[in-house]
Formats: sequence, structure tokens, C-alpha cells
Amino acid sequence: MTPLLEVEDLRITFPTRHGTSHPVDGVSFSVARGELLALVGESGCGKSLTSLALLRLVPPPGQIQPGSAIRLDGTDVLGLGPEELRSIRGRRIGMIFQDPMTSLNPVFTIADQIGESVRAHQKVSKRAARARALELLQEVGIPDPTQRLDVYPHQMSGGMRQRVMIAIALASEPEMLIADEPTTALDVTVQAQILELLDGLRAARGMAVLLITHDLGIVAGRADRVAVMYAGRLVEEAATAELFARPSHPYTKGLLASVPRITGAVTRLTPIAGTVPAPTAWPAGCRFHPRCPAALPRCATDDPPALPVGNAHRMRCWLAEAGRA
Amino acid sequence: MTGSLWRLMLRALTSPSGRLGAVIIALLTLFVFVAPWLLPDPSAMPDLMAGAVPPGAGHPFGTDQLNRDVLSRVVSGGQISLSVAGLAVLLAVTLGALVGGLAGFYGGWLDSALMRMVDGALAIPRLFLLLLLVAVWEQMPLGALVLVLGATGWFATSRIVRGEVLRLREAEFVLAATALGAGPGRIILRHLLPNVAGPILVAATLGVGDVILLEAGLSYLGIGVRPPTPSWGGMILDARPLLTTAPWTSIFPGLAIATTVLAVNLLGDALRGALDPRSA
Repeated sequence: MTPLLEVEDLRITFPTRHGTSHPVDGVSFSVARGELLALVGESGCGKSLTSLALLRLVPPPGQIQPGSAIRLDGTDVLGLGPEELRSIRGRRIGMIFQDPMTSLNPVFTIADQIGESVRAHQKVSKRAARARALELLQEVGIPDPTQRLDVYPHQMSGGMRQRVMIAIALASEPEMLIADEPTTALDVTVQAQILELLDGLRAARGMAVLLITHDLGIVAGRADRVAVMYAGRLVEEAATAELFARPSHPYTKGLLASVPRITGAVTRLTPIAGTVPAPTAWPAGCRFHPRCPAALPRCATDDPPALPVGNAHRMRCWLAEAGRA
Repeated sequence: MTGSLWRLMLRALTSPSGRLGAVIIALLTLFVFVAPWLLPDPSAMPDLMAGAVPPGAGHPFGTDQLNRDVLSRVVSGGQISLSVAGLAVLLAVTLGALVGGLAGFYGGWLDSALMRMVDGALAIPRLFLLLLLVAVWEQMPLGALVLVLGATGWFATSRIVRGEVLRLREAEFVLAATALGAGPGRIILRHLLPNVAGPILVAATLGVGDVILLEAGLSYLGIGVRPPTPSWGGMILDARPLLTTAPWTSIFPGLAIATTVLAVNLLGDALRGALDPRSA
């Protein structure tokens, strides 16, 4: 079966005063129907830009380079005209953003905003759209939804607003939902609820979810697969259980070591030394080698391709070849 | 959107001057559009020999040189003045919002072209522009006067709207709407302009005062509203020879203009204060 979404060799460039920037530089992955794929990485690794590119929302002057391919169910997204593109945005792929405080229009009521999304893709009356808005609010678990229809975004809490955002994205029953750091701006308890909701919706609707996050911790029990991104590239990709059991890329190991654990012996957190390099000047060879504790001499000169380390487990690291992973 | 505008109005009414302005405007409008049923019929054959009668019983504002009831004329002149001002401002604000919205949203050459045009238009005094148009088109009907006043009144509004749209188009809710499949037209009309409704309302309210003054000025110069259609400016023009002998013929229309403009400006200032408490 073909995957729902296939991304092949995605490259995005931005012209800057300091030369061309390559924030996303050869990313390939695929998402199957009903699958929850987590795209994990630090700030500046290109994960948000990758998600924006899927709907061709890369802000100008950024450009998706020729040779990149994004296919939704076999349709080449990069070749679509404006009209066809709009019929994919929202209709087949929904998207929610990091900050629920600013991603709702402050001057419209909740019913108006969900209703607009309903009516953008289906020809229904205002009354029917309102009824649908109520159903959606129920589906995303907003308590007392009838009362909430006529309030404005500023009268709701962050968690409630993110639920409304999800309701808006669900209005047209998309086959896939892109969630770009959906819980970063929320309290920890609310984070868990939102993730629970996304996971539940995926199961109930058979909707694929691409979860973008910097937090490996929230990925654990929920994602089917995890793709770890570093410096504009995927460095490791595996099923979630496999990744947590056998993290192989030194960067992934570093990420895991920097997440506090509640169980087990109390140890100091080990941060990864250094910071992500600038996308105008990626290091030669492996992009992680200046920060890598296990770097080999060849890492400074030769760029490792994606190498298998196990069943459906790949990483971009020479250690895989050396069999020392 | 209606909700946020409503909140803005209510907040403007918490200030005494805003309340005063709103009450005067409400009373004036009501009076001007309802009073004709209560007043002496202005088309009743006047007693030409009686001349200008001072205010008194039967004619609270007196009569003019043709023995026409001044109160009746102030009222019907008010209908014309207020309607012309209201429609012209509506047109001006619509044009301003559209031009500003397009310039702010698209940016680039379109923005530059539109804004340089506005710069140029703003460099010419509006009265001069109007005189020019009126000179070319001598027998201008009332509808055309509204069009001309509207078409010369949108420049400042378009700048305000452009600035706000420029700021808002980077907002995440615009990205979210785009991600949901909204096109540029929908983004501008449904998402950006409603967020600028407050500043537009302020500009419109203050604009009404400007247009009333302008129309009065043009009518006073004899090139705005044409007789026999009464207008406040036109009445003062008619009353000029009687300024010393029958001052009531010019005082009452003059008071009407001053009161209306004052009320509109009070409300406009209060709205501006409500929109941005720092500027109050």
C-alpha cells in the first residue's frame, strides 16, 4: 500500500545576506494512513519549516528547491495550482500551530471560526455549520460546548483554545493532521490532555498525524514512529519502541540523556555540548561531528548516508557501518 | 466582529465626552428625520410681504427673507447634510479599507504604487481638489457630490488600514487560515479587515465631521448642494445679506453645523481613546 504522504529529498533555501541558507536540506520520510509520526529535534533544526512545506506555506523568500518531492496519496503537491492547493489545505491536510493564543482570530466567536472552516469546504447553511461546530466542540472534549459557541478566543484558556484549533482543523475531516508543537505553550497537565486527544482522534477517525515536537518525552507512549531531525536532516528514524530501546545516533542518545527521568537513579542531566550550527554554514562531513562525543576521523570529511541499524531503523551515522551502534 | 465593535462603542460611552457626543448625535439625527412630521409644512405658501420674522410663537427659529420657517429649513437641510456626510464617509471608508487592505496584504510593487498615489493625493488640499472637480462639472447633482466627497476622503484611512494589515498579516491566525485553505480575498475580507474595524470606525466618525464642514463650505461657496435643496451651508449663504438685520437666519444653521461637528468629534475622540487608552 502506498503511504498517505511521501516526502522525498525536501530542500528549502533562503537567500540571506550571509549567503544561501539551507534550513531543510534533503529530508525524506513517509507517513502511512492512520499513523502517528513524530518529528523531533531542537529549535532551528528545520522541523517546523518541513511541516509548513507540506502545505506549501514556506514564508517568502524561502523556496522549495527543484528535485524535492511531496506526494499526497500519489498527487504531487509541489506541482499544484493555487486552486488545487487550496483544496488540499484544510480539506485533506489540517494543521494546528504552537501558540493557541494567537492562532485564533481575536474578533470572531468560536462558532464563527469553526463554522467558517466547515463552510469553506462544504456547502451547508449557517445553521448547519453551527450545529456541526457544536459536534466538533464535543468531539474535542470541550466541557459545556453550547455555552462556548458564542465566546471569543480571549475568554478561553490556552488548552481550550488549542482544542478549538483542533476542532477547526477537524471540520473538513482531513486525512492527515499536522500538529506543529501543539503543546509547547501549554501547562504540563494540559499538554498530556491535548496529546491524549490527538491520539484518540487518530484512532477514532483513522487520521494520520504528523506531530512536530522538541520534546522526546511526550512522544514515548503515543507515536508509532519517530524521526529525529538535526541541522536540516533526518538523522535517525525508527519505530518508537525500537528508538527508545536502542537509540543509535549519538545525537538521539544525547537528546535522551538530556530529558529528565522520573524513574531510576537520580543522575545529572547531560546536555549536548555546543549548539546547532547556522544553516548558512553547515559543517562539512557529518553535521553533528563537531558536537559528537563518538566522532571518528572520517566524520569530519565524509557525509554519512542513511544506513540501516535494524528492522526499519535507519540513521545517518558512520557508526552504523562500523557495527558499533 | 460585531461583538468587538460593540465593546469598543460601549467603552467609548464610558467617557463623559463620548456620552455627550453620542447623545447629541442621536438627538440630532432623530430630530432631523422625525421633526418634518411635526413642523409647519415648509412648502406652504410663504407670505412674501412679511419678510424675515424674528423667532417667536409659530416660528421658534424665526423666518428668512422669503418668510420660510428657519426651523423647518434647518431640519430639511440637516437631512441633506447628514445624509451626504454619512454616505460620503461610508464610501470613503470602504475605498480606504480596500486600498489599504490590498496594499498591506500584497506589499511589493502594488503597495508602493498605491501608497505613492495616496502620498500624491494627500499633498493636494482636499478643498482645492473639490473646487477643481466642481469647476469642471458645474451642475453637479447631489449623488455626484457624495461620490466626489467620498472619492477624496479615503486617503488617510487607507494608510491606517495598510499599517494595521501589515502588522496583522504576520499573525499566526492568518497562517492558520491559509493552512485551512483560505485564499487571499477571504483572508483580507474575513480575517484582516474585521481586525481593523476599530481604527476604521474612529476614522469614519472623525471623517463625518470633516465632510459636514466641507459640504457646508462648498454649499456656502454656492457649489455644493444647489438651491432650492436646503443645506446648512447654503442657508448661511442665503442669509449673508441679512447678517445684521435678521441674524437668526444664519445663527441657527451655523449652530446646527457647529453642534453636529462638535458632537461627532467628541464621539470620535472617545472612540479613539477607547481603542488605544494611551492616546486618550
